[in-house]
Amino acid sequence: MIITLVDIALLTFMGATAFAILRLRSLFAVVMLSGVYSLLAASMFVALDAVDVAFTEAAVGAGISTVLMMATLALTGERERPSRHTPYVPLAVVLITGAALIYATFDMPPFGAADAPVNLHVAPRYLNDSFAEVGLPNVVTSVLASYRGYDTLGEVTVIFTAGVAVMLLLGGRKGDDAGIKNEPPEDDTGADDGGSAA
Amino acid sequence: MLQVVLEHYNYWIAILLMMVGFYTVVARGNLVKKLVGLNIFQTSVFLLYISMAKVTGGTAPILDDRFQVYSNPLPHVLILTAIVVGVATTALGLALVVRIRESYGTIEEDELDLMDGET
Amino acid sequence: MRHHRVLRIISKLLIPFIMLFALYVQFHGDFGPGGGFQAGVIFASAFILYGLIFGLENARKVAPPSVVTRLIAAGVLIYAGTGYAGLIGGANFLDYNVLGATPVAGQHLGILVIEFGVGTTVAAAMITIFFLFAGRER
Repeated sequence: MIITLVDIALLTFMGATAFAILRLRSLFAVVMLSGVYSLLAASMFVALDAVDVAFTEAAVGAGISTVLMMATLALTGERERPSRHTPYVPLAVVLITGAALIYATFDMPPFGAADAPVNLHVAPRYLNDSFAEVGLPNVVTSVLASYRGYDTLGEVTVIFTAGVAVMLLLGGRKGDDAGIKNEPPEDDTGADDGGSAA
Repeated sequence: MLQVVLEHYNYWIAILLMMVGFYTVVARGNLVKKLVGLNIFQTSVFLLYISMAKVTGGTAPILDDRFQVYSNPLPHVLILTAIVVGVATTALGLALVVRIRESYGTIEEDELDLMDGET
Repeated sequence: MRHHRVLRIISKLLIPFIMLFALYVQFHGDFGPGGGFQAGVIFASAFILYGLIFGLENARKVAPPSVVTRLIAAGVLIYAGTGYAGLIGGANFLDYNVLGATPVAGQHLGILVIEFGVGTTVAAAMITIFFLFAGRER
Protein backbone atom coordinates (compact mmCIF):
# COMPACT_ATOMS: atom_id res chain seq x y z
CA MET A 1 0.00 0.00 0.00
CA ILE A 2 2.82 2.39 0.93
CA ILE A 3 4.52 1.53 -2.36
CA THR A 4 1.34 2.48 -4.20
CA LEU A 5 1.19 5.80 -2.37
CA VAL A 6 4.83 6.53 -3.21
CA ASP A 7 4.12 5.67 -6.85
CA ILE A 8 1.11 7.97 -7.01
CA ALA A 9 2.90 10.83 -5.25
CA LEU A 10 5.94 10.63 -7.53
CA LEU A 11 3.80 10.41 -10.67
CA THR A 12 1.72 13.39 -9.59
CA PHE A 13 4.89 15.39 -8.95
CA MET A 14 6.15 14.45 -12.42
CA GLY A 15 2.91 15.67 -13.98
CA ALA A 16 3.05 18.95 -12.03
CA THR A 17 6.70 19.53 -13.04
CA ALA A 18 5.88 18.86 -16.68
CA PHE A 19 3.06 21.45 -16.58
CA ALA A 20 5.36 23.97 -14.90
CA ILE A 21 7.92 23.41 -17.66
CA LEU A 22 5.21 24.01 -20.26
CA ARG A 23 4.01 27.24 -18.61
CA LEU A 24 7.28 28.95 -17.68
CA ARG A 25 8.90 31.47 -20.02
CA SER A 26 12.28 31.72 -18.28
CA LEU A 27 14.40 29.08 -19.98
CA PHE A 28 16.81 28.96 -17.04
CA ALA A 29 13.95 27.83 -14.79
CA VAL A 30 12.77 25.40 -17.48
CA VAL A 31 16.17 23.71 -17.67
CA MET A 32 16.45 23.48 -13.88
CA LEU A 33 12.95 21.99 -13.69
CA SER A 34 13.82 19.47 -16.36
CA GLY A 35 16.66 18.35 -14.08
CA VAL A 36 14.15 18.00 -11.23
CA TYR A 37 11.84 16.09 -13.58
CA SER A 38 14.63 13.65 -14.45
CA LEU A 39 15.40 13.09 -10.79
CA LEU A 40 11.71 12.38 -10.10
CA ALA A 41 11.68 9.97 -13.03
CA ALA A 42 14.74 8.23 -11.58
CA SER A 43 13.02 7.85 -8.20
CA MET A 44 9.98 6.49 -9.99
CA PHE A 45 12.13 3.91 -11.79
CA VAL A 46 13.55 2.76 -8.43
CA ALA A 47 10.00 2.32 -7.15
CA LEU A 48 9.27 0.25 -10.27
CA ASP A 49 12.29 -2.07 -9.62
CA ALA A 50 14.32 -0.75 -12.54
CA VAL A 51 17.47 0.16 -10.59
CA ASP A 52 19.79 0.16 -13.61
CA VAL A 53 17.47 2.47 -15.52
CA ALA A 54 17.12 4.77 -12.50
CA PHE A 55 20.88 4.98 -12.19
CA THR A 56 21.24 5.93 -15.85
CA GLU A 57 18.41 8.47 -15.73
CA ALA A 58 19.89 10.14 -12.63
CA ALA A 59 23.37 10.35 -14.15
CA VAL A 60 22.30 11.31 -17.67
CA GLY A 61 19.03 13.21 -17.34
CA ALA A 62 19.73 15.14 -14.17
CA GLY A 63 23.47 15.48 -14.83
CA ILE A 64 24.74 15.66 -18.38
CA SER A 65 21.58 16.95 -20.13
CA THR A 66 21.22 19.80 -17.65
CA VAL A 67 24.85 20.84 -18.14
CA LEU A 68 24.48 20.74 -21.94
CA MET A 69 21.26 22.76 -21.85
CA MET A 70 22.84 25.37 -19.57
CA ALA A 71 25.79 25.60 -21.97
CA THR A 72 23.33 26.14 -24.84
CA LEU A 73 21.45 28.84 -22.91
CA ALA A 74 24.75 30.65 -22.29
CA LEU A 75 25.15 30.80 -26.08
CA THR A 76 21.57 31.56 -27.09
CA GLY A 77 19.88 33.67 -24.37
CA GLU A 78 17.38 32.66 -21.74
CA ARG A 79 14.04 34.33 -22.46
CA GLU A 80 11.31 32.70 -24.49
CA ARG A 81 9.14 35.13 -26.47
CA PRO A 82 5.36 34.62 -26.37
CA SER A 83 4.11 32.85 -29.46
CA ARG A 84 1.94 34.82 -31.85
CA HIS A 85 -0.10 31.78 -32.88
CA THR A 86 -3.36 30.77 -31.24
CA PRO A 87 -2.97 27.50 -29.34
CA TYR A 88 -6.32 26.00 -30.39
CA VAL A 89 -5.23 23.66 -33.19
CA PRO A 90 -2.31 22.07 -31.27
CA LEU A 91 -4.51 21.83 -28.17
CA ALA A 92 -7.23 20.02 -30.12
CA VAL A 93 -4.72 17.62 -31.68
CA VAL A 94 -3.15 16.88 -28.30
CA LEU A 95 -6.50 16.37 -26.55
CA ILE A 96 -7.82 14.03 -29.25
CA THR A 97 -4.60 11.98 -29.31
CA GLY A 98 -4.56 11.81 -25.52
CA ALA A 99 -8.20 10.73 -25.35
CA ALA A 100 -7.58 7.99 -27.92
CA LEU A 101 -4.54 6.72 -26.01
CA ILE A 102 -6.39 6.75 -22.67
CA TYR A 103 -9.23 4.79 -24.29
CA ALA A 104 -6.59 2.30 -25.44
CA THR A 105 -5.21 1.78 -21.92
CA PHE A 106 -8.43 0.01 -20.93
CA ASP A 107 -7.32 -2.89 -23.13
CA MET A 108 -3.95 -3.08 -21.40
CA PRO A 109 -3.24 -5.69 -18.71
CA PRO A 110 -3.56 -4.24 -15.19
CA PHE A 111 -0.46 -2.62 -13.70
CA GLY A 112 1.82 -5.17 -12.07
CA ALA A 113 0.13 -8.28 -13.51
CA ALA A 114 2.55 -11.20 -13.54
CA ASP A 115 0.64 -12.87 -16.40
CA ALA A 116 0.73 -9.87 -18.73
CA PRO A 117 1.87 -10.84 -22.24
CA VAL A 118 5.13 -8.84 -21.86
CA ASN A 119 6.17 -10.98 -18.93
CA LEU A 120 5.43 -14.35 -20.54
CA HIS A 121 7.58 -14.51 -23.64
CA VAL A 122 11.38 -14.26 -23.26
CA ALA A 123 11.70 -12.78 -19.77
CA PRO A 124 11.17 -16.09 -17.88
CA ARG A 125 13.93 -17.69 -19.93
CA TYR A 126 16.35 -14.87 -19.09
CA LEU A 127 15.45 -15.04 -15.40
CA ASN A 128 15.65 -18.85 -15.16
CA ASP A 129 18.57 -19.72 -17.42
CA SER A 130 20.84 -16.68 -17.51
CA PHE A 131 22.68 -17.59 -14.31
CA ALA A 132 23.65 -21.00 -15.67
CA GLU A 133 24.49 -19.65 -19.15
CA VAL A 134 26.19 -16.33 -18.36
CA GLY A 135 26.89 -16.58 -14.64
CA LEU A 136 26.03 -13.01 -13.62
CA PRO A 137 23.55 -12.15 -10.89
CA ASN A 138 22.48 -8.92 -12.63
CA VAL A 139 20.14 -10.12 -15.37
CA VAL A 140 20.00 -6.65 -16.94
CA THR A 141 23.76 -6.78 -17.57
CA SER A 142 23.63 -10.29 -19.01
CA VAL A 143 20.81 -9.38 -21.39
CA LEU A 144 22.43 -6.06 -22.33
CA ALA A 145 25.93 -7.36 -22.94
CA SER A 146 25.44 -10.98 -23.93
CA TYR A 147 21.97 -11.95 -25.18
CA ARG A 148 21.44 -8.61 -26.89
CA GLY A 149 25.06 -7.67 -27.43
CA TYR A 150 24.45 -6.89 -31.09
CA ASP A 151 21.76 -4.38 -30.13
CA THR A 152 24.12 -2.68 -27.67
CA LEU A 153 26.83 -2.50 -30.33
CA GLY A 154 24.33 -0.52 -32.40
CA GLU A 155 23.62 1.82 -29.48
CA VAL A 156 27.32 2.45 -28.92
CA THR A 157 27.64 3.25 -32.61
CA VAL A 158 24.78 5.76 -32.26
CA ILE A 159 26.68 7.53 -29.47
CA PHE A 160 29.83 7.50 -31.61
CA THR A 161 27.85 9.00 -34.49
CA ALA A 162 26.33 11.68 -32.26
CA GLY A 163 29.79 12.60 -30.99
CA VAL A 164 31.09 12.89 -34.53
CA ALA A 165 28.06 14.92 -35.63
CA VAL A 166 28.43 17.41 -32.77
CA MET A 167 32.13 17.70 -33.68
CA LEU A 168 31.14 18.51 -37.26
CA LEU A 169 28.58 21.11 -36.17
CA LEU A 170 30.52 22.86 -33.42
CA GLY A 171 34.11 21.78 -34.01
CA GLY A 172 35.10 24.56 -36.41
CA ARG A 173 35.68 28.12 -35.28
CA LYS A 174 32.79 30.56 -35.32
CA GLY A 175 32.48 32.15 -38.77
CA ASP A 176 34.26 29.28 -40.48
CA ASP A 177 31.26 28.84 -42.74
CA ALA A 178 32.19 32.13 -44.45
CA GLY A 179 33.45 29.93 -47.27
CA ILE A 180 29.90 28.75 -47.92
CA LYS A 181 28.61 32.30 -48.24
CA ASN A 182 31.34 33.07 -50.82
CA GLU A 183 29.99 30.47 -53.18
CA PRO A 184 28.71 32.81 -55.94
CA PRO A 185 32.22 34.08 -56.89
CA GLU A 186 33.40 30.48 -57.11
CA ASP A 187 30.49 29.79 -59.45
CA ASP A 188 31.60 32.74 -61.59
CA THR A 189 35.11 31.35 -61.98
CA GLY A 190 33.57 27.99 -62.81
CA ALA A 191 31.51 29.66 -65.54
CA ASP A 192 34.66 31.43 -66.85
CA ASP A 193 36.47 28.11 -67.06
CA GLY A 194 33.55 26.68 -68.98
CA GLY A 195 33.66 29.69 -71.31
CA SER A 196 37.37 29.32 -72.04
CA ALA A 197 36.93 25.65 -72.73
CA ALA A 198 34.22 26.44 -75.23
CA MET B 1 -13.67 2.14 -9.40
CA LEU B 2 -10.57 2.69 -7.21
CA GLN B 3 -9.29 -0.64 -8.50
CA VAL B 4 -9.57 0.56 -12.11
CA VAL B 5 -7.75 3.81 -11.27
CA LEU B 6 -4.92 2.03 -9.47
CA GLU B 7 -4.52 -0.48 -12.29
CA HIS B 8 -4.14 2.26 -14.89
CA TYR B 9 -2.71 5.27 -13.03
CA ASN B 10 0.85 4.73 -14.31
CA TYR B 11 -0.34 4.48 -17.90
CA TRP B 12 -2.53 7.56 -17.60
CA ILE B 13 0.28 9.68 -16.18
CA ALA B 14 2.58 8.39 -18.91
CA ILE B 15 0.03 9.52 -21.50
CA LEU B 16 -0.47 12.87 -19.74
CA LEU B 17 3.29 13.48 -19.75
CA MET B 18 3.50 12.40 -23.38
CA MET B 19 0.77 14.89 -24.34
CA VAL B 20 2.41 17.73 -22.35
CA GLY B 21 5.66 17.00 -24.17
CA PHE B 22 3.85 16.76 -27.49
CA TYR B 23 2.10 20.09 -26.92
CA THR B 24 5.41 21.75 -25.96
CA VAL B 25 7.02 20.48 -29.15
CA VAL B 26 4.13 21.54 -31.39
CA ALA B 27 2.91 24.82 -29.87
CA ARG B 28 5.99 26.47 -28.36
CA GLY B 29 8.21 28.49 -30.68
CA ASN B 30 11.49 28.47 -28.77
CA LEU B 31 13.82 25.74 -30.01
CA VAL B 32 15.37 24.99 -26.59
CA LYS B 33 11.87 24.67 -25.13
CA LYS B 34 10.98 22.27 -27.93
CA LEU B 35 13.96 20.07 -27.01
CA VAL B 36 12.92 20.07 -23.34
CA GLY B 37 9.44 19.03 -24.51
CA LEU B 38 10.99 16.25 -26.57
CA ASN B 39 12.80 15.05 -23.42
CA ILE B 40 9.50 14.97 -21.51
CA PHE B 41 7.92 12.98 -24.34
CA GLN B 42 10.86 10.57 -24.26
CA THR B 43 10.70 10.06 -20.50
CA SER B 44 6.98 9.32 -20.74
CA VAL B 45 7.75 6.45 -23.12
CA PHE B 46 10.39 5.19 -20.68
CA LEU B 47 7.81 5.34 -17.91
CA LEU B 48 5.31 3.35 -19.99
CA TYR B 49 7.84 0.59 -20.70
CA ILE B 50 9.08 0.34 -17.13
CA SER B 51 5.50 0.31 -15.80
CA MET B 52 4.70 -2.65 -18.03
CA ALA B 53 7.78 -4.49 -16.71
CA LYS B 54 6.74 -4.19 -13.06
CA VAL B 55 5.42 -7.34 -11.41
CA THR B 56 3.52 -6.88 -8.14
CA GLY B 57 5.54 -8.27 -5.25
CA GLY B 58 8.61 -8.60 -7.44
CA THR B 59 12.05 -7.15 -6.89
CA ALA B 60 14.80 -5.72 -9.08
CA PRO B 61 16.13 -8.36 -11.52
CA ILE B 62 19.37 -9.07 -9.67
CA LEU B 63 19.33 -12.76 -8.85
CA ASP B 64 19.53 -13.86 -5.24
CA ASP B 65 18.40 -16.96 -3.39
CA ARG B 66 16.19 -14.95 -1.07
CA PHE B 67 13.81 -13.80 -3.83
CA GLN B 68 11.51 -15.73 -6.11
CA VAL B 69 9.66 -13.05 -8.09
CA TYR B 70 11.52 -10.56 -10.27
CA SER B 71 10.37 -7.75 -12.51
CA ASN B 72 10.85 -8.21 -16.25
CA PRO B 73 14.47 -7.31 -17.15
CA LEU B 74 13.96 -6.94 -20.91
CA PRO B 75 12.24 -3.50 -20.96
CA HIS B 76 14.90 -2.29 -18.50
CA VAL B 77 17.61 -3.16 -21.02
CA LEU B 78 15.79 -1.45 -23.89
CA ILE B 79 15.18 1.73 -21.89
CA LEU B 80 18.66 1.86 -20.38
CA THR B 81 20.24 2.12 -23.80
CA ALA B 82 17.46 4.43 -25.00
CA ILE B 83 18.26 6.95 -22.25
CA VAL B 84 21.91 7.21 -23.27
CA VAL B 85 21.01 7.42 -26.95
CA GLY B 86 18.45 10.08 -25.93
CA VAL B 87 21.09 12.32 -24.39
CA ALA B 88 23.28 11.85 -27.46
CA THR B 89 20.46 13.01 -29.73
CA THR B 90 19.63 15.89 -27.35
CA ALA B 91 23.25 17.01 -27.60
CA LEU B 92 23.00 16.89 -31.38
CA GLY B 93 19.76 18.92 -31.30
CA LEU B 94 21.33 21.52 -29.01
CA ALA B 95 24.34 21.77 -31.31
CA LEU B 96 21.94 22.51 -34.19
CA VAL B 97 20.21 25.16 -32.04
CA VAL B 98 23.57 26.82 -31.35
CA ARG B 99 24.39 26.90 -35.07
CA ILE B 100 20.94 28.28 -35.96
CA ARG B 101 21.39 31.05 -33.39
CA GLU B 102 24.81 31.89 -34.87
CA SER B 103 23.48 32.06 -38.41
CA TYR B 104 20.10 33.75 -37.78
CA GLY B 105 20.61 35.55 -34.45
CA THR B 106 17.42 34.06 -32.99
CA ILE B 107 16.00 30.70 -31.92
CA GLU B 108 12.31 31.68 -32.06
CA GLU B 109 10.45 29.76 -34.72
CA ASP B 110 8.26 32.73 -35.81
CA GLU B 111 11.28 34.97 -36.47
CA LEU B 112 13.12 32.17 -38.28
CA ASP B 113 10.08 31.73 -40.56
CA LEU B 114 9.99 35.46 -41.28
CA MET B 115 13.71 35.57 -42.12
CA ASP B 116 13.46 32.55 -44.40
CA GLY B 117 10.48 34.18 -46.11
CA GLU B 118 12.49 37.37 -46.83
CA THR B 119 15.46 35.73 -48.54
CA MET C 1 35.13 30.78 -11.09
CA ARG C 2 38.72 31.24 -9.96
CA HIS C 3 37.84 33.17 -6.80
CA HIS C 4 35.32 30.66 -5.38
CA ARG C 5 37.59 29.01 -2.86
CA VAL C 6 34.94 26.69 -1.40
CA LEU C 7 33.97 25.33 -4.81
CA ARG C 8 37.60 24.82 -5.80
CA ILE C 9 38.59 22.93 -2.66
CA ILE C 10 35.46 20.82 -2.42
CA SER C 11 35.61 19.81 -6.06
CA LYS C 12 39.30 18.98 -5.74
CA LEU C 13 38.34 16.64 -2.92
CA LEU C 14 35.37 15.19 -4.81
CA ILE C 15 36.87 14.54 -8.24
CA PRO C 16 39.05 11.52 -7.24
CA PHE C 17 36.08 9.92 -5.53
CA ILE C 18 33.81 10.52 -8.52
CA MET C 19 36.34 8.74 -10.72
CA LEU C 20 36.74 5.90 -8.22
CA PHE C 21 32.96 5.52 -8.08
CA ALA C 22 32.83 5.45 -11.88
CA LEU C 23 35.37 2.62 -11.93
CA TYR C 24 33.38 0.76 -9.25
CA VAL C 25 30.18 1.13 -11.27
CA GLN C 26 32.04 0.02 -14.41
CA PHE C 27 33.50 -3.18 -13.00
CA HIS C 28 30.83 -4.05 -10.45
CA GLY C 29 28.02 -3.75 -12.99
CA ASP C 30 27.91 -7.53 -13.34
CA PHE C 31 26.75 -7.96 -9.75
CA GLY C 32 24.81 -4.81 -8.89
CA PRO C 33 23.19 -1.97 -10.76
CA GLY C 34 25.58 -0.28 -13.13
CA GLY C 35 27.61 -0.94 -16.23
CA GLY C 36 29.43 0.79 -19.01
CA PHE C 37 26.76 3.38 -19.87
CA GLN C 38 26.41 4.70 -16.32
CA ALA C 39 30.13 4.51 -15.56
CA GLY C 40 31.00 6.40 -18.72
CA VAL C 41 28.63 9.23 -17.84
CA ILE C 42 29.91 9.45 -14.25
CA PHE C 43 33.54 9.40 -15.41
CA ALA C 44 32.79 12.18 -17.87
CA SER C 45 31.05 14.21 -15.16
CA ALA C 46 34.32 14.26 -13.17
CA PHE C 47 36.01 15.97 -16.13
CA ILE C 48 33.02 18.26 -16.65
CA LEU C 49 33.18 19.35 -12.99
CA TYR C 50 36.90 20.01 -13.39
CA GLY C 51 36.25 22.04 -16.52
CA LEU C 52 33.48 24.07 -14.87
CA ILE C 53 35.57 24.97 -11.81
CA PHE C 54 39.11 25.30 -13.13
CA GLY C 55 38.39 26.57 -16.62
CA LEU C 56 38.24 24.90 -20.00
CA GLU C 57 41.94 25.48 -20.78
CA ASN C 58 43.06 23.45 -17.78
CA ALA C 59 40.52 20.73 -18.53
CA ARG C 60 41.83 20.52 -22.10
CA LYS C 61 45.35 20.02 -20.69
CA VAL C 62 44.14 17.15 -18.47
CA ALA C 63 42.10 15.48 -21.23
CA PRO C 64 43.60 16.58 -24.56
CA PRO C 65 40.80 16.71 -27.19
CA SER C 66 42.95 14.85 -29.73
CA VAL C 67 43.24 11.88 -27.36
CA VAL C 68 39.59 11.99 -26.23
CA THR C 69 38.25 12.01 -29.79
CA ARG C 70 40.34 8.96 -30.60
CA LEU C 71 38.93 7.23 -27.52
CA ILE C 72 35.37 7.62 -28.89
CA ALA C 73 36.34 5.43 -31.82
CA ALA C 74 38.51 3.15 -29.66
CA GLY C 75 35.53 2.11 -27.52
CA VAL C 76 33.49 1.05 -30.55
CA LEU C 77 36.53 -0.83 -31.89
CA ILE C 78 37.03 -2.64 -28.57
CA TYR C 79 33.38 -3.70 -28.67
CA ALA C 80 33.40 -4.84 -32.29
CA GLY C 81 36.85 -6.41 -31.82
CA THR C 82 35.46 -8.62 -29.03
CA GLY C 83 32.79 -9.73 -31.49
CA TYR C 84 35.46 -10.67 -34.03
CA ALA C 85 37.48 -12.46 -31.33
CA GLY C 86 34.46 -14.74 -30.96
CA LEU C 87 34.39 -15.26 -34.74
CA ILE C 88 38.10 -16.20 -34.76
CA GLY C 89 37.48 -18.63 -31.90
CA GLY C 90 34.97 -20.44 -34.10
CA ALA C 91 31.71 -19.13 -32.64
CA ASN C 92 29.21 -16.54 -33.85
CA PHE C 93 29.81 -12.78 -33.83
CA LEU C 94 29.65 -11.51 -30.22
CA ASP C 95 29.42 -15.05 -28.82
CA TYR C 96 31.79 -15.01 -25.85
CA ASN C 97 31.57 -18.70 -24.95
CA VAL C 98 34.86 -19.51 -26.70
CA LEU C 99 36.85 -16.69 -25.08
CA GLY C 100 37.54 -18.56 -21.81
CA ALA C 101 38.24 -22.06 -20.60
CA THR C 102 34.55 -22.66 -19.85
CA PRO C 103 31.56 -20.95 -21.48
CA VAL C 104 30.71 -19.09 -18.26
CA ALA C 105 34.31 -17.85 -17.86
CA GLY C 106 34.26 -16.76 -21.48
CA GLN C 107 30.99 -14.90 -20.98
CA HIS C 108 32.46 -13.18 -17.94
CA LEU C 109 35.53 -12.02 -19.81
CA GLY C 110 33.59 -10.96 -22.88
CA ILE C 111 31.09 -8.90 -20.88
CA LEU C 112 33.88 -7.21 -18.93
CA VAL C 113 35.66 -6.23 -22.14
CA ILE C 114 32.63 -4.95 -24.02
CA GLU C 115 31.41 -3.00 -20.98
CA PHE C 116 34.84 -1.39 -20.93
CA GLY C 117 34.39 -0.48 -24.60
CA VAL C 118 30.94 0.98 -23.90
CA GLY C 119 32.29 3.00 -20.97
CA THR C 120 35.18 4.36 -23.04
CA THR C 121 32.95 5.52 -25.88
CA VAL C 122 30.31 7.07 -23.63
CA ALA C 123 32.83 8.89 -21.41
CA ALA C 124 34.86 10.17 -24.36
CA ALA C 125 31.77 11.26 -26.31
CA MET C 126 30.31 13.14 -23.33
CA ILE C 127 33.64 14.89 -22.58
CA THR C 128 34.02 15.86 -26.24
CA ILE C 129 30.47 17.20 -26.47
CA PHE C 130 30.96 19.24 -23.28
CA PHE C 131 34.27 20.68 -24.54
CA LEU C 132 32.64 21.68 -27.82
CA PHE C 133 29.64 23.38 -26.18
CA ALA C 134 31.69 25.13 -23.49
CA GLY C 135 34.42 26.16 -25.91
CA ARG C 136 32.09 27.84 -28.40
CA GLU C 137 32.55 31.62 -28.45
CA ARG C 138 29.39 33.57 -28.03
